[in-house]
Amino acid sequence: MPVINSGFGSRRGAGNPRLPPGQTLVDDWPVLTAGLTPDIGTHEWTFTITTETGAEHGWDWNALQNVGVEDIITDIHCVTHWSKLDMAWRGVPLDRLFEDVETSCDYVMVRSDGGYTTNLPLADLLEGQAWIATEAEGVALTPEHGGPARLLVPHLYFWKSAKWVRGMRMMPSDEPGFWEQNGYHLRGDPWREERYW
Amino acid sequence: MTSPVRASWHVGRVASRRRETTSAVRLELDVPTWPGNPAGAHLDVRLTAPDGYQATRSYSVASSGPTTRVTLAVDELPSGEVSPYLVHQLADGDELEVHGPLGHYFVWTPTEPDRSPVQLIAGGSGVVPLFAMAVAREREADHADFRLLYSVRTPEDVFFAEELSALSKTVVDVVHTRRSPTGSPRPPGRLTPESFAEFVFPATSTPRIFVCGPTPFVETIAHWLLKLGHDPNRIRTERFGGSG
Repeated sequence: MPVINSGFGSRRGAGNPRLPPGQTLVDDWPVLTAGLTPDIGTHEWTFTITTETGAEHGWDWNALQNVGVEDIITDIHCVTHWSKLDMAWRGVPLDRLFEDVETSCDYVMVRSDGGYTTNLPLADLLEGQAWIATEAEGVALTPEHGGPARLLVPHLYFWKSAKWVRGMRMMPSDEPGFWEQNGYHLRGDPWREERYW
Repeated sequence: MTSPVRASWHVGRVASRRRETTSAVRLELDVPTWPGNPAGAHLDVRLTAPDGYQATRSYSVASSGPTTRVTLAVDELPSGEVSPYLVHQLADGDELEVHGPLGHYFVWTPTEPDRSPVQLIAGGSGVVPLFAMAVAREREADHADFRLLYSVRTPEDVFFAEELSALSKTVVDVVHTRRSPTGSPRPPGRLTPESFAEFVFPATSTPRIFVCGPTPFVETIAHWLLKLGHDPNRIRTERFGGSG
């Protein structure tokens, strides 16, 4: 027997088919962070992909910009039940960064400043689904929102879009990252409501 | 609690509700299948309208340990959808769906071997998970030293006022930003970097630090903690706000 809360529901927003189950639309942009906000300048920022052989593919800030920045309009969905539609982002597609990476691994551990990690299948990062983002809503990403650069994987819950991203390590099997060790789902598809394990 | 409890859906019944502050209520839920929760954990509340429409929100749990009586303190966001219902319309005996316990990071468990001092720092309704930690500490005979610094607008905005004043194992400092209680030696005012330093364990005592409050409050406090020399790896934060 489902629980019905009589009298509830009068304040609902208009139904929106772009909202996954359990999500509510917001206009502002809430912050979810477990620790402190790192403050890293672009001059000291680098991004490195490390394969199973130990081979490293690295970019500094200028090299990243030279890879080619794209405009992205996308919806984002946070596990804490808010969604934001039609956000304007700018970033470098992961497809381009993985062009010369030789790997037989199917999983990736993402590493950020501050020690934060999150795990993703490589398949969720390619085919135009993920970027290293440097701008949102027309301005450079602030430290609070993960600047100077964060991962952007908008088809998964937003904790996967790691703030202050600095590197990726290829993994032969899926291992839980920081939030995943602390109760969040290994993959995090908002349309399947994969919030917690 | 040595291994995290798997989160799942439970049905709770409102055992009691009472006004907590000028804008918040305290809800005591009887949740017969609740597996208990570590101090500082949160849960999701899901409301279902008669036509099937649902909305879900996260709330910190004010209770902890192996109990099926779950305490929430819900602050009303006037433009919100769920909190006004919980504050004004929910009645004793009503059923409520909850999912949890959630969060294994912003928690304090007495079985942890670390006996360094624990500094709790709350802004507004951010005190709820920290209150749970102070109460969990109260249940232990011998454990770490606890301090709670609580920044709040007026005396009427203080959550768990009676319980906080009864704590014997946590030193509590309440700082009123808008209006102090009558007869208070301290005029109302926001914390400053200087006054803040007097209310927290010094960095030399290597405290573990839990900060919870609105995002700007947490950012300010985190900045001051670093300036005082605290180890960023010892600081855990939880932020809220904006997500009506």
